[in-house]
Amino acid sequence: MAKLPVQREGDEVGADTAQPNLQPATSRPATSRREFLRSATLFTATVAGLGGGLELLTRRPSGAEAAGKSAAPLGRVKRPLGPYDTSEAVTPYEQATTYNNFYEFGLDKSDPAQNAGSLRTRPWTVRIDGEVRKPQTVDMDTLQSWFPLEDRVYRMRCVEGWSMVMPWMGFPLAALIRRLEPTGKAKYVRFTSLHDPAQMPGQRSQVLQWPYTEGLRLDEALHPLTFMALGLDGRALPNQNGAPLRLVVPWKYGFKGIKSIVRITLTSERPVTTWALAAPSEYGFYANVNPAVDHPRWSQATERRIGELSRRQTLPFNGYAEQVAHLYKGLDLRLNF
Amino acid sequence: MKPPGRWNWLVPAVSVGGLLPAAVLAADAMRGVLGANPIKQATHQTGQLALILLLLSLACTPLRRLTHWPWPARIRKALGLLAFFYAALHLGIYLLDQDLSLSQMAQDILKRPFVTVGFLALLLLLPLALTSTPRSVARLGFARWTRLHRLVYPAVGLATLHYWWGVKKDHTGPLIVVLGLIALFAVRWLWPDKRKRKT
Repeated sequence: MAKLPVQREGDEVGADTAQPNLQPATSRPATSRREFLRSATLFTATVAGLGGGLELLTRRPSGAEAAGKSAAPLGRVKRPLGPYDTSEAVTPYEQATTYNNFYEFGLDKSDPAQNAGSLRTRPWTVRIDGEVRKPQTVDMDTLQSWFPLEDRVYRMRCVEGWSMVMPWMGFPLAALIRRLEPTGKAKYVRFTSLHDPAQMPGQRSQVLQWPYTEGLRLDEALHPLTFMALGLDGRALPNQNGAPLRLVVPWKYGFKGIKSIVRITLTSERPVTTWALAAPSEYGFYANVNPAVDHPRWSQATERRIGELSRRQTLPFNGYAEQVAHLYKGLDLRLNF
Repeated sequence: MKPPGRWNWLVPAVSVGGLLPAAVLAADAMRGVLGANPIKQATHQTGQLALILLLLSLACTPLRRLTHWPWPARIRKALGLLAFFYAALHLGIYLLDQDLSLSQMAQDILKRPFVTVGFLALLLLLPLALTSTPRSVARLGFARWTRLHRLVYPAVGLATLHYWWGVKKDHTGPLIVVLGLIALFAVRWLWPDKRKRKT
């Protein structure tokens, strides 16, 4: 484009010599036709350049095919809803598996579904240590065989203000902890995700301190709602949702639900957790869903249920107050957010 | 100052190209391919478009000083108006996200600095968009009009702050904007306007 303004009619080199029968500088119809074509070309190029450039910079392609769609069925029959299940409409599988926060695979919601294919979930071992009488490293398949699989349809509320209804499969964390026989010094549980930048490309950037760690108070961990998921909607958990083993604590914001767990440690000290470390004024250790305590940058009073047109009121403890509010008696939830 | 015929295509091309993302966004929304949280997606995209176009409009003068090309000055107004268009769309979609609740929006503006600065940036752009016609220049007089249009600097500063505070963790995008702004102002400073110096 740079040369165009200085170019003048008749300047065209080669035109006269190559095609002497055309006299471009003087023949009016030829000039105006060329002028028109020139303008049309520049117009099109500019539209494409500017429009295309803006699209390239800002448009986020969506509709990544859910990588877990072909996941093997876990061979279970749907049972009637249990006492912990919500009867609310389950979020479509397509959306639950393409709209994920899993920074190990990228920062965009669609990144995990696109990039999590590089995660190998077998063989997989989970190290269990700390204040337990039976520390051990256990193979994932063995761990899975210890417990009968249960279904749990839970609400999931992200700290960003959106929510889903997820049909998890797995086992209560309490069953695992009891089996490990915690010592008297155990007060907290720390969870650690896989740290392997070769399998988790997002870990090549230092956006968070890797590996991702999360924690619960022991009484929270032993609560019957607290769940270890290894399946979703009757199929093995898709990688982007935290395969092969993840934590689900339905009354807490979603970031407490640590994914792709490789280590579970019982501790006497409160564990340092990833988001509380990254932004202590915005994300706390407890992270209980609380419509009365706003995030500094947005209100937590309402949420958008994925797939719905208008917002919903957010409920204290994400609607599980009856079951869990007693755990926090006497605790100032404004300070301990 | 009518541009000569050779440049007739330029402003229409910039306008059409600049509106293209809005058309694609609308088409994506109607086809339902904006992902699981379409409103959030549309909010983010229109905000980014507004800021990019604002930066492009601010790049026109430095580019002209560096290259002496005539065309950057001709598209500055179109780029500025496009930026305002996307900023207004951004606010509209945010309002839609609040179920069109003006009281919720007012609360957000008063309580959350992140929203406050974004709203202020749009507010500062409003008089600029309203006085973008040649008639406004004539009515205000060139000196006053120029002074008024310096509001674009606080506006772009506030918009950048809004973007910076708005991202959850990864500040790459806002950082690129800040570096771009620094580069633009560096060019202005290193290549001062010669015409102005003489008078």
